[in-house]
Amino acid sequence: MAQAAIELIGINKSFGAVRANRDINLEIARGTIHGIVGENGAGKSTLMSILYGFYQADSGEIHVGGQPASIKTPNDAIALGIGMVHQHFMLVDNFSVLENVILGAESDALLKKSIAKARSELERLEREYGLEVDPDAIIEELPVGLQQRVEILKALYRGAEILILDEPTGVLTPAEADHLFRILKQLKEQGKTVVLITHKLREIMAITDTVSVMRQGTMVATRETKKTTVGELAELMVGRRVLLRVEKGEAEAGGIKLAVKNLTVKDSRGVTVVDDVSFDLRAGEIVGIAGVAGNGQSELLEAISGIRHAVSGSVMLDGKPIDLTGAADPGELRERGLAHVPEDRHHVGLVLAFEENENSILGYHDDERYLKGPFLNIDAIRDDAKDKITKYDIRPADCRLRTANFSGGNQQKIVLAREMEQDPGVLIVGQPTRGVDVGAIEFIHKRLIAMRDQGKAVLVVSVELDEIRSLSDRILVMFAGRIVGERGPEATEGELGLLMAGVEHQEAAE
Amino acid sequence: MSTPYAKLPGWADYGLIPVINLFVAFVVAGFVVMLVGENPLRAAAILVEGAFGRGQGIAFTLYYATTFIFSGLSVAVAVHCGLFNIGGEGQGYIAGLGIGVVCLAFDSVLPWWLTFPLAIIAAAAMGALWALIPAYLQAKRGSHIVITTIMFNFIAASVMVYMLVDVLKPAGSMAPQTRNFLEGGQLPKLNWIIELFGAKIRSAPLNVTFLLALVMAFLVWLLIWRTKLGYEMRTYGHSPKAARYAGISETRIIIIAMLISGALAGMMALNPVMGDQHNVALDFVSGAGFVGIAVALMGRSHPVGIVLAAILFGMLYQGGAELAFEMPAISRDMIVIIQGLVILFAGALEHMFRPHIQALFASISPRTVGIEAVKGKGA
Ligand SMILES: Nc1ncnc2c1ncn2[C@@H]1O[C@H](COP(=O)(O)OP(=O)(O)OP(=O)(O)O)[C@@H](O)[C@H]1O
Ligand SMILES: [Mg+2]
Repeated sequence: MAQAAIELIGINKSFGAVRANRDINLEIARGTIHGIVGENGAGKSTLMSILYGFYQADSGEIHVGGQPASIKTPNDAIALGIGMVHQHFMLVDNFSVLENVILGAESDALLKKSIAKARSELERLEREYGLEVDPDAIIEELPVGLQQRVEILKALYRGAEILILDEPTGVLTPAEADHLFRILKQLKEQGKTVVLITHKLREIMAITDTVSVMRQGTMVATRETKKTTVGELAELMVGRRVLLRVEKGEAEAGGIKLAVKNLTVKDSRGVTVVDDVSFDLRAGEIVGIAGVAGNGQSELLEAISGIRHAVSGSVMLDGKPIDLTGAADPGELRERGLAHVPEDRHHVGLVLAFEENENSILGYHDDERYLKGPFLNIDAIRDDAKDKITKYDIRPADCRLRTANFSGGNQQKIVLAREMEQDPGVLIVGQPTRGVDVGAIEFIHKRLIAMRDQGKAVLVVSVELDEIRSLSDRILVMFAGRIVGERGPEATEGELGLLMAGVEHQEAAE
Repeated sequence: MSTPYAKLPGWADYGLIPVINLFVAFVVAGFVVMLVGENPLRAAAILVEGAFGRGQGIAFTLYYATTFIFSGLSVAVAVHCGLFNIGGEGQGYIAGLGIGVVCLAFDSVLPWWLTFPLAIIAAAAMGALWALIPAYLQAKRGSHIVITTIMFNFIAASVMVYMLVDVLKPAGSMAPQTRNFLEGGQLPKLNWIIELFGAKIRSAPLNVTFLLALVMAFLVWLLIWRTKLGYEMRTYGHSPKAARYAGISETRIIIIAMLISGALAGMMALNPVMGDQHNVALDFVSGAGFVGIAVALMGRSHPVGIVLAAILFGMLYQGGAELAFEMPAISRDMIVIIQGLVILFAGALEHMFRPHIQALFASISPRTVGIEAVKGKGA
């Protein structure tokens, strides 16, 4: 057994009544990749935030390299060689890569000198770990995968020996994720220690040496990855058996609910992002749109739900057209029975600064149920929020808590509960389970299928092929703004993968 | 590495931090006082004594505070909708015109309690009108509201000079101001309330507008946290994208928020015009619109905080005047410096001591401190 890089002993942390971490003991061996899995709200991010100095533990000890350490701020953590890659990057968008890397670590008062030094150091790091990024590129012009590399470089530049990554692949395309894992392996070979939090058990199996499972604030198990299985991990996480693929019967597709014809959308720079897309969505079916992120799916969803201007084409909801000039009133579409779970829950689907109950009426705040004349009917709103919290098992069950303080999966449930409970005829969902744990995925999938079985029309956009394949009755593949193929749920991953990569579909069909 | 701001217990957030900021502002101001060769402790004593020591001082302090409550509320309403209205000065100034017209027309025929509601409406309407154009330009054309509202301050000033000199000035009068209002255009004083507590007041301008200010503070609270409109304003203020998604019209909400903000700014003119001077004179707003920005910042855009911050600034105005009188070495400009320091520490540098206080709290009792999730963090 290698020496422990980090030892956490008896860590406790509460937020008010919520015990986010209880008596956690964890040993992370030097030079390994250590995975941490657990349900949404299990306390993974909290534990790592304690290690990185964002939070203070109520009690417990941290040992780094065998020595007791006092970590009060992220600067203390950095000084001890601990680096963290945040899920949402903390980069200055209009700075270059180099400037971002040295930001806050400038060694000289004269910027010029430190830049020159930093450049050679950065080039060394890039070579050593296969982390190629152009040091002079401007951050906002880089794809997320590269931005993430800059975050890693930033940590390494500050001398990180231990690197914490909290759900790093949530925003990456599969190819970018593969590259990230190659980098992590490289880091491990060079003797660095990596802590990886993820909900994707496949990633855990593929890359970690050891995996620890958290549940409701406690550490329930640590396993050698080789000696465990996806099924066992899922069961440890949730405390019961989990269906990794939800059973569903044949679809009984009815009449057309939503008809999209020749829809074309341009972005603000005039580039065509959705190109002549046509399809129908029927009552009682789930249509999945597969594709690598950034191939026009997001814009397609936004145009259909009336929040993005389309240059041409038409969308009919129950036989009546939707205004595509960008002036559509999403409120009116809701009344017509179109509900929308947006991809970006942090900026679009939720107002993070609001209390949970305030978010549970977002978009439906015109509804008489929630109003008393011009006033909000606070009691009705809170009662309604509490109902949804119970029904969707949103944790913690506190409708007055700020939404930002819910874990990612629970935030997603807040949005889903709001949209599904309005009993819409058509539900369009972007990335239904991004950042959501296996138990909640099962729950969300069951709900979506239940909606289908009640005769609702459901459109799902997801970058997770597994999800598309297990939910959809029909699969449309988008590439470069166009629908390049339609397949049934029996399509293989390889076949869909080729379509998603833009290989002509005749070839793919062979 | 940026450390997100800590979430402190409420009392520390809303009580301790402002008090520390204030304390530092006064310490720095103390050095300035020492620089001109006066004793800072005595100066502080005079300032506080001047503001709260006698009934007279209290009445003046509250009189100034009245104006600041309006201008602070005006800024806060816009801020909740993500807009920075720094045109309160002009909106208040132009509102004086509406009040003037109402009073000149009715002061001889109506009693004050009938003129007053009319004047309130006129003030609010003029202030709102003055905010409408920048609001429209922001909503429809994307012209930045900070730029346009500040330009409108200048336009208001020019319009008022013209109106007062060429239109409203009685023939034969030398001063660029309207004639004095008769009884029907004069608001009753509230000094008797302070006298109830045994203090004596010679004459002070505290008047019923103060009560109106408190009512407006309550109404703003109601608007922001209890109405659908306030909900929509806050949604837009936090995230325009979420507002779009929720079907909240950007144009509509910007315009409504600015109308309300402008109306509140307009109402501040009632206090000096009908409550004190009984005429509309050149420059009667004298910076109160800008003080509102500091008041809103310090009061965390919450009506209760705004009322308290407004009283603090009222104290600086009143106590400052006493100080300039008692200590000749301290000129009127010195008082402005002291006020500036308070604005600097309590407003602009609001967060300066926050990380340290958080660290302190963290080491004393970690349980109380959590970190407010950074925008976008989480998951
Ligand atoms: N600042 C905070 N204030 C109050 N409660 C909090 C705060 N941060 C986290 N919590 C609560 O602590 C618990 C653990 O949250 P944490 O973010 O650590 O979960 P997680 O395991 O990372 O979940 P996810 O997989 O969804 O990211 C949750 O119940 C969460 O709501
Ligand atoms: Mg987390």
